[in-house]
Amino acid sequence: MLSSTADNLYWMGRYIERAENTARLLAASNRMSLIAGPERAAGQSQSQTQGRGGEWRSVATIYGIEPEAIAAESEAPEEKLLRTLCFDRDNASSIVACVQRARNNARAERNNLTVEAWENINATWLELAEVARKGVPPGEYRPFFEWVKRQSHLILGSLWTTLLRDEAFDFLHLGIFIERADNTARILDVKYHRILPDGAPRADVVDYYEWAELLACVSAVRAYKRIYQSGIEPWRVAEFLLLRRDLPRSLHYCLGRVDRHLNSLADFHGHRHECHRISGVLYSRLRYGQIERIFRRGLHPVLTDFIGSIAELSEELRRNYLMTT
Amino acid sequence: MQRRPIFDEMRGFGGDVRPVYQRIARWLEALDPETLSHKRGEADLLFRRLGITFRAYGTDAEVETTIPFDLVPRVLGGAEWETLSKGLIQRAKALNAFLTDAYGRREICRAGKIPEARIVANEQFVAFAQGLELPGKVHAHISGIDVVRVGEDQFYVLEDNVRTPSGVSYMLENREVMMRLFPGLFADGKVRPVATYTDLLLRTLRQASFSTDADPTVVLLTPGPYNSAYFEHLFLADEMGIELVKGSDLFVDDNRVYMRSPRGPQRVDVIYRRLDDPFLDPLAFRPDSMLGVPGLVGALRAGRVNVVNAIGNGIADDKSIYPLVPEMIRFYLGEEPLIANVPTYECSDGSQLQYVLDHIAELVVKEVHGSGGKGMLVGPTSTKAEIEEFRAILKRHPEGYIAQPTLALSTVPTFVDQGVAPRHVDLRPFVLCGESITVVPGGLTRVALRDGSLVVNSSQGGGTKDTWVLDDGEPDGGALDA
Repeated sequence: MLSSTADNLYWMGRYIERAENTARLLAASNRMSLIAGPERAAGQSQSQTQGRGGEWRSVATIYGIEPEAIAAESEAPEEKLLRTLCFDRDNASSIVACVQRARNNARAERNNLTVEAWENINATWLELAEVARKGVPPGEYRPFFEWVKRQSHLILGSLWTTLLRDEAFDFLHLGIFIERADNTARILDVKYHRILPDGAPRADVVDYYEWAELLACVSAVRAYKRIYQSGIEPWRVAEFLLLRRDLPRSLHYCLGRVDRHLNSLADFHGHRHECHRISGVLYSRLRYGQIERIFRRGLHPVLTDFIGSIAELSEELRRNYLMTT
Repeated sequence: MQRRPIFDEMRGFGGDVRPVYQRIARWLEALDPETLSHKRGEADLLFRRLGITFRAYGTDAEVETTIPFDLVPRVLGGAEWETLSKGLIQRAKALNAFLTDAYGRREICRAGKIPEARIVANEQFVAFAQGLELPGKVHAHISGIDVVRVGEDQFYVLEDNVRTPSGVSYMLENREVMMRLFPGLFADGKVRPVATYTDLLLRTLRQASFSTDADPTVVLLTPGPYNSAYFEHLFLADEMGIELVKGSDLFVDDNRVYMRSPRGPQRVDVIYRRLDDPFLDPLAFRPDSMLGVPGLVGALRAGRVNVVNAIGNGIADDKSIYPLVPEMIRFYLGEEPLIANVPTYECSDGSQLQYVLDHIAELVVKEVHGSGGKGMLVGPTSTKAEIEEFRAILKRHPEGYIAQPTLALSTVPTFVDQGVAPRHVDLRPFVLCGESITVVPGGLTRVALRDGSLVVNSSQGGGTKDTWVLDDGEPDGGALDA
């Protein structure tokens, strides 16, 4: 296998996952009137939106966009942000940019993919380009986000059910799970910070909708209720998304999968690299972590560390396996 | 203008159905228009799904089209093929002997058969190839030799392609699609298979290795997705199970070529390159090319990697050397050519130029270095203005052109809007040269879809057909069960 193939597949996995995560985050941002539609926005109390400075600001923060810059640029910052994150090809995080790059990588590696997987990726790109051309009217974004999630599941599902379990499979899934871990950590960090600015869970400011939104973002409302059989409590939500071994979007689960795919590569090649060490350390921390200790240190610093380590892991992976020059 | 009779491969010069076409004739008769249009739609879908598309240069980079595929197969009898393939093998043998000699002692020049200037002053001559001793003395491992037919037993070689001939994926996919659409036509095994091509190609490539390693590593080097033949590169790499690489995937260290892999550097023994000479190695050729591998030619000269087809092959297949190929056959093999050349006038010669200028309306004029049916004039179908324009060009740059009589290319029944009608065809069989020389029975038939047109190039509105070679030359009386 070529390093450039490994690189293309790794990033293809990351881009598909990133597109889905952007759709998830935006879809779960219930208070953005442009997504919810005018009825819901009208029914929302003025103080709520204004008091928190508008949901869109926290969304912007997650994507490293300065809210003030958007506000200065546009009369309708919400709409501007939505369009940027969905359809702006120049914004690397936008859904359209992610899908386009995933498709270009897939196209370059067609002979390392199955016909089914390639056709799903290609068809998604063709349809999306058409939607981007026509645009989505405010208030009608929700069906669009559902479509993005569905296409991502179709693509990931066809990859899962048809690909040979070889190096290519490992690199693809390293991309998917590293991206997912990074996204879950960022969402948790920003949302937590927004709901509980001082970082400590306090019973008196629990806003049910905010927490439900966070769980909905990772498709985990029902799972949470089944496991905890209680109302939504901030520290439990954090524990759930960080440390649950069995939740497919938790950090613990994602790093477990990263570690497994790295070990599979070590078995193939007969040697280990720095990325194996970093992954092992990260995975152990999540595996043996306790939520009380995490809160004692502060959720925000812990997540900031984690996001930094994920970036380091990705860089080492590149150095160890994907370098093409 | 007098019209010469045209040989139709199904009906000869207008008589009964020729024996080899009886199956096709019955099949055409039984096929109703509805089934036909249904099958045509299915065929188009199959081609898109198989990803057999091409990108015409000079068109929108995002647009990929399929070459029109005509459902009526072109048929050659066993005996016809026997003669043809012997001629093709003879020609490939002579071209290889010429290339070895041209980059060696140039005996053919010493013998006074070809002036040395025709070799060393040719723009396609590559000094780096001088003195190379290649495994098996093979320079042209894959040759695409374009053949046209004008009568029952009359075939001509129209041109040789020994650089990076393309089109073989169409030969393979056309058959694949025909077998899916009309399995019954193939049920009795009378049509000789072409699918062995990729196995034979891989064997040929392995035999090209300098190393004695029993399991040499072969890769296919592509310029990348923006090349018009990219899907053929993908297809062949896939069929052979070898890596499809770009220049950036390879590097040279100590005159050895490696590919970058997650496992670490992997040695490469043979590079089947689908990249033209000027782009192969920026240290040897164009320094601005990013598509090649710096140091590749050094590794080749050190005998550590072989490049297939060899560098510098252009001196054997451009239109200025073409008239001399029969001489090569006589000189190197001591044989008479089995397939004739088309008579060719070289405009660089004063008296021949005069003949061309006097008879231009009957001739086909071609650029020596042109390809793809561009930069050429088909006298009989051109307007007065076009002819005058070409006459002026010829006077200015006679050395850039050759001329040939307009051949009455054979026709084959073809589906057109009005039904089934005869259309002109040519044939590109692929000859593989390794320890032995083989031709897969068949080739790429290109068909000019416009009525009366003689231009079969895909960039000029040509299509393709499945090409059958029947298992014997006996009249085909097989049952019709398609």
